[in-house]
Amino acid sequence: MSLFLIAALPFLGALFPALLIRAGRNAAAASAGFTTLLAFIGLLLNAPAVLRGEVVQARLDWLPGLGLNANFYLDGLGLLFAGLILGIGLLIILYARFYLSREDPMGQFYTYLLLFQGAMVGIVLSDNILLLLVFWELTSLSSFLLIGYWKHLPDGRQGARMALAVTGSGGLAMIGGMLILGHIVGSYDLTVILQHKELIQDSPLYLPALILILIGAFTKSAQFPFHFWLPHAMAAPTPVSAYLHSATMVKAGLFLMARMWPVLAGTEAWFYIVATTGLITMVLGAVIALFKDDLKALLAYSTVSHLGLITMLLGFGTKTAAIAAIFHIINHATFKAALFMSAGIIDHSAHTRDIKRLGGLRHLMPITFTIVVIASLSMAGIPPLNGFLSKEMMLQETVTTLWRDSHYLVPGLAVFAAMFSAAYSFRYIKHVFLGPQRHDYPAQPHDPGIGLWLAPAFLALLVVAIGLSPNILSGPVVSAAAAAVIGDGEIPQFDVKLWHGITAPLMMSLAAVTGGLALLWGHSALARAWNAARRPEAKEIFDALIGAATRFSQRLTDTLHNGSITRYAAIMVVFTTAISLYAYQSGVAAAPTRAVQDAGAMPILGWICLVLATIFIVLDHRNRLLALVLIGVVGLIVSLSFNYLSAPDLALTQISVEVVTIILMLLALNFLPKDTPVESAISTRLRDGGIAITAGAGVGGLIYALMTRDFIAPSISEFHLANSYKGGGGTNVVNVILVDFRGYDTFGEIIVLGIAALVIFALTEAILGSKVSAYLLNRKPDLPQDGDPHPLMMVIATRVMMPLALMVAAYIFFRGHNLPGGGFIAGLIAAIAMLMQYMASGFGWAAERQRVYYHGIIGSGVLIGATTGMAAWLAGKPFLTSAFGYLHWPPLEEFEWATAALFDLGVFLAVVGAVMLMLESLARFAWQPGIQSEHAMDINPARDDAPKTEEEA
Amino acid sequence: MEILFASAVGILTAAGIYLILRKRTFPVILGLSLLTYGVNLFLFATGRLMVNAPPVLNKYAEVPYTDPLPQALVLTAIVISFGMTAVVVMIALGAYLSAKDDQIDMIENTERAGDDA
Repeated sequence: MSLFLIAALPFLGALFPALLIRAGRNAAAASAGFTTLLAFIGLLLNAPAVLRGEVVQARLDWLPGLGLNANFYLDGLGLLFAGLILGIGLLIILYARFYLSREDPMGQFYTYLLLFQGAMVGIVLSDNILLLLVFWELTSLSSFLLIGYWKHLPDGRQGARMALAVTGSGGLAMIGGMLILGHIVGSYDLTVILQHKELIQDSPLYLPALILILIGAFTKSAQFPFHFWLPHAMAAPTPVSAYLHSATMVKAGLFLMARMWPVLAGTEAWFYIVATTGLITMVLGAVIALFKDDLKALLAYSTVSHLGLITMLLGFGTKTAAIAAIFHIINHATFKAALFMSAGIIDHSAHTRDIKRLGGLRHLMPITFTIVVIASLSMAGIPPLNGFLSKEMMLQETVTTLWRDSHYLVPGLAVFAAMFSAAYSFRYIKHVFLGPQRHDYPAQPHDPGIGLWLAPAFLALLVVAIGLSPNILSGPVVSAAAAAVIGDGEIPQFDVKLWHGITAPLMMSLAAVTGGLALLWGHSALARAWNAARRPEAKEIFDALIGAATRFSQRLTDTLHNGSITRYAAIMVVFTTAISLYAYQSGVAAAPTRAVQDAGAMPILGWICLVLATIFIVLDHRNRLLALVLIGVVGLIVSLSFNYLSAPDLALTQISVEVVTIILMLLALNFLPKDTPVESAISTRLRDGGIAITAGAGVGGLIYALMTRDFIAPSISEFHLANSYKGGGGTNVVNVILVDFRGYDTFGEIIVLGIAALVIFALTEAILGSKVSAYLLNRKPDLPQDGDPHPLMMVIATRVMMPLALMVAAYIFFRGHNLPGGGFIAGLIAAIAMLMQYMASGFGWAAERQRVYYHGIIGSGVLIGATTGMAAWLAGKPFLTSAFGYLHWPPLEEFEWATAALFDLGVFLAVVGAVMLMLESLARFAWQPGIQSEHAMDINPARDDAPKTEEEA
Repeated sequence: MEILFASAVGILTAAGIYLILRKRTFPVILGLSLLTYGVNLFLFATGRLMVNAPPVLNKYAEVPYTDPLPQALVLTAIVISFGMTAVVVMIALGAYLSAKDDQIDMIENTERAGDDA
């Protein structure tokens, strides 16, 4: 099966549980299980090749320009991790089906779980570090959803937030590290990066890259000092804890360290950072775990400790240590997942996981007891279980490790941690299952149905089987994975067996187990001392840090954003002007190369009108109606100047937009105060005037400088002029650019316009749905109303004009490709034709005759544009490639057809719909039920009811 | 002509910015409209000014054409700025109707007394 499919299957499968939950919980669970099984089988099909030493690859260029490619590869390490993720995933899906209660939304659970699974599989199969980063962040996000699955529990929400904050910020650090790494090597492909050990380690950027990547790995794998999020993430449902927090997600950091091991490991920095962190984490986790009374907390700290162990082994940087690390990853996944699931079973049946309230369960829950004994003894490192084997290997490695010339530090601390590890493992058995039966369990404990115990029992079976015959069961995978970690070098012979003779590790193991028993014997006294001692509480520190960060940003935001939009605008303008001035002062301006053209009488006249109108707007802006009229004058002059300066299309567009804009503002002004009060002091106005004049002078000077100089490089406009007719089939170059060369932009434009219209519609709905509507219905107009709201002459004139205006729109539309016009302008004209009806005959009259909703018109416009664009795919061309040709049907003149016209139709419809929807929404504010709009034109003699004209005013 | 054009752009921009710095919604909307004119003219002029040279191809004679690209850009800009104006007007109207106040600064009344922005 292709690696693409393996990586994609969980994501595809994530759809099913959410949909199938309506068909029942079994269907949802089965669909999740089936997808996982399919991916697992697909993985196994690739396994023989990988075990032979081949590397399976699947490559797809995604964004090659950025170095981001969807490349996947599967080697021994990937196989091991993908196998763990999918295999344990299957068991978890089975377990969760019986663990979750009826009230829990199971469809959501499986969807989140599969999303997480897909992200994990993506991490371990990625051959591109950028792709890997994407999946890495996805695991943080999906684990957030899973930890916070019980939304009603504050612990769950806080734990989820903490996990996201810690692993998410670690992920950010890792992005930096990965980018540096890619920069050093010049490629973002892992297979390439892994070939360049010397290049990377000799680079001065090695240390920063290493530290950043390690922060990412340490946060994910809960290494000291980032370990604190893991115990809090235990608020998640137990299947999540078993899956994410023992078997998979927390191993992602280990995976990354193992993946990068060939190029990052082996230096002194690597050893001291990674091995020391691992050592501290191992000891700290083991000690804390012994004193936790919550079963899941105990297991969480034990996981922290074991992750530290594996990190330490990877940190040693020797090949044999790497092999031991790989082996322990498998073993830890088996026994710890089994233990988590057993803890869930105990919680499920006894309704508590507090060790102090448990004890004596061995006769009540014999099956669970058996599973826990096997898994716990493996965790304690008791032969002949698999935990013993990897612990021996670990101890063997510590013996040969020097830390700052000290022979005893590492092995000594390792034995110390192993002692505590044995102690908490024994404690799980003794304090929960042994001892007298009690009579005060919150619920009567009993063994669960097979659905709950099957998955942990299977894992317990693996624990024994791997322990008894490690070379047969796990040998091939371990050596394949080790080969991938170690890289090109020879794999040292390793012989995993239970009995090596009387060796140093065996003696250390013996010491650890004895010490562990002694610790358990003295546990109550030790626990009293531990609980009495003052310890830094990670959650409090974290909360304090987050609180401080929140307060700091709050203060900063409040200082910068005091709510005065005026101030923001002023700062922006002043800043932009200052920067431009600096650029002008420090740069060099070329001498003007274009002659200044003479201006005729008309431009001067137009300029005088424009300047006068603008000045009067500023002076008289408090009289809002007058200012609006003057704005109309300015718009008119602007469109005339477009026309004068060889831009007929712009002139047409500007003048039609002007009409709708003024109508829009008039409609709004109807409800707003008609005057602006004098508020700011003279000094404020002078200051604002100074800012405005400086900025205006800058803009004017800039465009003057630009207009008097030629392009320094050839403009792409020549291409458009040359190819407009040949390539686009139209002589109106502006229109051809819009519908053909830059059709994609135009497509985006009409979508934006449509969205703006829908926003206005939604705002209107929201405002009219609030208590504002009562105010609107009762308000008295503040301007004197016309006695005849629908003057006869205007009504007749507009109705006669309607078909004429639509005809003009059609004409403008069709000629657009070759002469000034096109969809935008035609759309505006058609909208104006309809607006006239609203204005003359009233909103109600027009609304009654409106047969199609404007939303639909916008939608059909966008759809037509999209369909035209996609039709190009049928011809094997890129989106929106246009085609055209010429037809000659006698007796008609020869005429042209172009698919671009169809696209332009889409533009037309979108513009009509958007403009009408905007204005109609605004007009609805004015609508009042008392207005008799159906008799807008009072010319029907057959009407028998009396005309109503005055009373609504 | 370039001087006339550039000064018109400058005046429109200055007037637009001055009005944007006012404290009520309606002058700000007017200012935005004026600024839009200024910006559109500015963009248009990046193609340099030419008279009697529309970018409509002439099949029969070799004639000069003005730069079509800024025109296409400005055409969509005009339409989009209408959409933007409409949204701003709507927000202003909604704010006024809901709060019976068309001031744009949202600072508390106590603070406003000491703030001259």
